[in-house]
Amino acid sequence: MIGYILRRLAQSILVVLVVTIIVFILLHQLPGGAARAILGPRATAAQIADFNVQNGYNQPLFVQYFRQLGDWATGNFGFSIKLNQSVSSLLVQRMPKTIVLGLLSLALTVIVAVPLGIYQAVHRNKPFDYIATGLSFIFYAAPTFFIGLVAIEVFSQNLGWFPPEAPQSDGVGPIFAQFDAMVLPIVTLALLSIAGFSRYMRSSVLDNLDQDYVRTAQAKGASPTRVLYHHILRNAMIPIITLLGLSLPAIFAGALITESIFNFPGMGLLFWQAAQASDYPVELGVVIITAFATVAGNLLADISLAVLDPRVKL
Amino acid sequence: MTTIRPGVGEPPPEIVGDGHKTTVAVSSTGLPAGKAKSMFQLGFEVFIQNRLAIVGLVVLVLAVLFCFLGPVLYPTDQVTVNLLNVNLPPGPGHPLGTDETGYDQLGRLMTGGQVSLMIGFAAAIIATIVGTIWGAIAGFFGGWLDSVMMRTVDAILSIPILFLLLFLVTIVKPSVPVMIFVLGLTAWLVPARLVRGESLTLRVREYVQAVRVMGGTSWHAVLRHIMPNVIGTVIVNATFQVADAILLIAYLGYLGLGISPPATDWGGMLSNGTAFVFTNYWWLIYPPGFAIIIVVVAVNLVGDGLRDSVEVRLQRR
Repeated sequence: MIGYILRRLAQSILVVLVVTIIVFILLHQLPGGAARAILGPRATAAQIADFNVQNGYNQPLFVQYFRQLGDWATGNFGFSIKLNQSVSSLLVQRMPKTIVLGLLSLALTVIVAVPLGIYQAVHRNKPFDYIATGLSFIFYAAPTFFIGLVAIEVFSQNLGWFPPEAPQSDGVGPIFAQFDAMVLPIVTLALLSIAGFSRYMRSSVLDNLDQDYVRTAQAKGASPTRVLYHHILRNAMIPIITLLGLSLPAIFAGALITESIFNFPGMGLLFWQAAQASDYPVELGVVIITAFATVAGNLLADISLAVLDPRVKL
Repeated sequence: MTTIRPGVGEPPPEIVGDGHKTTVAVSSTGLPAGKAKSMFQLGFEVFIQNRLAIVGLVVLVLAVLFCFLGPVLYPTDQVTVNLLNVNLPPGPGHPLGTDETGYDQLGRLMTGGQVSLMIGFAAAIIATIVGTIWGAIAGFFGGWLDSVMMRTVDAILSIPILFLLLFLVTIVKPSVPVMIFVLGLTAWLVPARLVRGESLTLRVREYVQAVRVMGGTSWHAVLRHIMPNVIGTVIVNATFQVADAILLIAYLGYLGLGISPPATDWGGMLSNGTAFVFTNYWWLIYPPGFAIIIVVVAVNLVGDGLRDSVEVRLQRR
């Protein structure tokens, strides 16, 4: 077990290192380099040369890379070009909000998708199963922003149930203080993953229904409810754990769209505004942090899987 | 966004069962009657019997006809701005109304669809080719090359694809060929993983080992025996790639970093419609939105159908 965890950890560190190399390469693909991006199109050649010397951009690439790596490792992601604020302070401000949004929508996803998938599997090929399958098809194919737009149009514009904009003030507190403004963003972000998760849950329960251990439990006289919730559910939940880890990038990307629709000042909105303003230090900082979070999430999912499922080969 | 791929629309098991019954005609002696059917025929027959997949295929063909033949039957001016006809509701002359620059919305749905479909299919083809080569090399050579190549795949996969795309789009100016290239370059990861996994398992199969025993070279084994068996999985994945690419191009268009006007795609149209949510100009929002959903659902249905027919082939291997 310890060996497996260490091996997975080493692999994850390797992946994070490759991510930093990729981001470093991206940095050097900026038209005219970092100097041109920061100093603007009217900077003279002398100014650019000066900037490069000051910031070490005249050194060999591998020296630059390791210096950059050291900066990143100590949480120094540079300075936003447009917002006149260090990227790390921006991330500290915005990241908790995105994490809370992501966690709330993941919680909603699991609360809805798991029972839905179980119900569909137990009552498979009945009208309800077909309807749920059809809906999950549609939500899986619908762009998040379309769902968000329709949600605003229907629930905010026509029915007036919820405000069309997320809470604007700083910090995580307002999310809970003005929860009615969070309903639409959370549901919008959750719908796509509900569609995916419920399909997985359905086929996972179906796979388990005709396993030998189920027949054994039934033969021993366990009631159908007990078989379902005590025996099948525990096994059927296993793929969901992996899925939780795997869905992190999708949550972050979905958060980008959701945050831009509902003007929710989280990391996704920060990234989008940075992308529009070519504020590359912010973009790269967000990319590194989300990639790191994703790798960590996958690692956590794999480790908890190994702990929970004795069949995972260690 | 490519990371979660639920088994959307697996058909009820009996459809696959039907496929079995018809594909193997058993004579009274219990032996298969007549000439054995080829893998391709078997797969084709299963696909044909999957009603949902056929519906998907028909919808897809109709969508292509609508976008590429539609403008011939219903020509509209999608270049000149007409400020006298701005935001007209659906009515005579403009079945779906006009948008904020006076373009006919139905005609725009066609030209926008051309861009979405073209980019979707082309990006999927590029991603599939790059991914297949990458995965085959990694799986075939193994060792440290395999680890380096697959950790690279893991690393790119852990960067949310939309972030990567947005960054790439800020570096290069988006045009149709650029978008195809950028989308293709970010979407090859999943096929690379699939092909690598498949070739790892196929490498130790008896018939591949038999080739080696008979003195065949490794390359012969890969090209003649491994590739043909991987191709089914690859094609199935390619259809899902089309769906993903159409969605991604829509996302980029929505974020304002898609194709530049007067050209557009369905996502760009929706993006323009965003400004009018509060004025209830529904004809600027629902048509492109439903167009995306219908085409993506259709592509997914075709992909599911193909997957089932490939799985039947795999069972008989």
